[in-house]
Amino acid sequence: MYKLKKEELAVAALENGTVIDHIPTQSLFKVVNLLGIKNLKNSVTIGFNLDSSKCGKKGIIKVADVFFPEETLNRIAIIAPNAVINIIHDYEVVEKHAVTLPDDIIGIVKCNNPKCITNNEPMKTHFHVVDRNNMVLKCHYCERPVTEDEIVLK
Amino acid sequence: MNSDSLVSINDLTKEEILELVDKTRMFEENPNRKLLEGKVIATLFFEPSTRTRLSFETAVNRLGGRVIGFSDAATTSSSKGESLKDTIMMVSNYADLIIMRHHLEGAARYASEFSPVPIINAGDGANQHPSQTMLDLYSIKKTQGTLENLTISMVGDLKYGRTVHSLLMAMYYFHPVFNFISSDELKMPLEYKVFCDEHNIEYHEYTDFSQEVIDKTDILYMTRVQRERFTDLMEYERVKNLYQLRNSMLDSSKPNLKVLHPLPRVNEIAYDVDDNPKAYYFQQAQNGLYAREAIICKVLGIDVK
Repeated sequence: MYKLKKEELAVAALENGTVIDHIPTQSLFKVVNLLGIKNLKNSVTIGFNLDSSKCGKKGIIKVADVFFPEETLNRIAIIAPNAVINIIHDYEVVEKHAVTLPDDIIGIVKCNNPKCITNNEPMKTHFHVVDRNNMVLKCHYCERPVTEDEIVLK
Repeated sequence: MNSDSLVSINDLTKEEILELVDKTRMFEENPNRKLLEGKVIATLFFEPSTRTRLSFETAVNRLGGRVIGFSDAATTSSSKGESLKDTIMMVSNYADLIIMRHHLEGAARYASEFSPVPIINAGDGANQHPSQTMLDLYSIKKTQGTLENLTISMVGDLKYGRTVHSLLMAMYYFHPVFNFISSDELKMPLEYKVFCDEHNIEYHEYTDFSQEVIDKTDILYMTRVQRERFTDLMEYERVKNLYQLRNSMLDSSKPNLKVLHPLPRVNEIAYDVDDNPKAYYFQQAQNGLYAREAIICKVLGIDVK
């Protein structure tokens, strides 16, 4: 009981906004970058290495008064497939859902093939998700596969 | 994006492949047809490839079109740092069609996304080379009478050889059986074997280039084992002779067997095979001209009768 209370205290409550929960610790700052949080003027609370009953240690991001487009949130699925989105209105969770991996991933993942055109021209990368369960992507341009542990963000 | 472009053999449906094979036959019967009169075709070879460029340029000339272009990027503004996009946009102001070869993989796909004129991919690095695949398919159809239910044995460099990868993908419409014959270092990559599994295509892997496999084969597709792929040159010396085809090895083969090779060959086909009627690689290269005439007409929407 005491432990739970302490955790709750560690992260400020949100009146309105978005909470992204259950982010693996090692992906937390990547998610922060992916959402462009450093450019926000709103108040943001970032929790790192918090105890989690689900995944040991976790990260959490609370952004006040911002409701990200679904497309933006789904990008998180590439690095944090089990992340959960909570939409808060007036201190109440009005919506809660998991992130879903999009079919096409544009401009986020880097192609690992140095001979790929995307690494040599000023252009966006484009990947197709070819295997959702094992998280395998395929470059739209050079057609090389990228597996989960090979994914590098731009 | 220009949807008429041909970037990858996978962009074509079975019907489109069969139609191209049929048109290729018409061009073999009569290669000189003035279908491109008044048209200008650009051949942009950012990476040199004399064989492919001459074949495409001959195709344009036999169709009565005119050719502009370059055969080496060193003489163009890309050596000054111009982006591919800018080069393509410039040339598309002048030409009705761009045929391009590039050392970077995905270059043609990218060009096809913004080019106002169609793009034909004449090779993008180790990725795709669809006109090679079309001439292979035509050669198979012509020599076997069909594309269906054939046993195709691929020999040599199956890891880096893009021609074998594209041929494998294209043949999936036609219920083939594949034999993959290579050293462990140059085995068919897993993704293509997964592709076969997913589409119920039967395949067998061998490290021995045995008589038994040759005797079951309809199409023997030889490839060059490239020296530059090996870190250990001793290993190269050992492997290159393991996958050499000699004339005597064809003695007990099926009467309809044909030997194909994308050329250039080094020593993987002994010279004594050349006079065997089962050797088909020089005619195969000639078929490239007709296949390219058919492809050019297809992407420009020109009907051949």
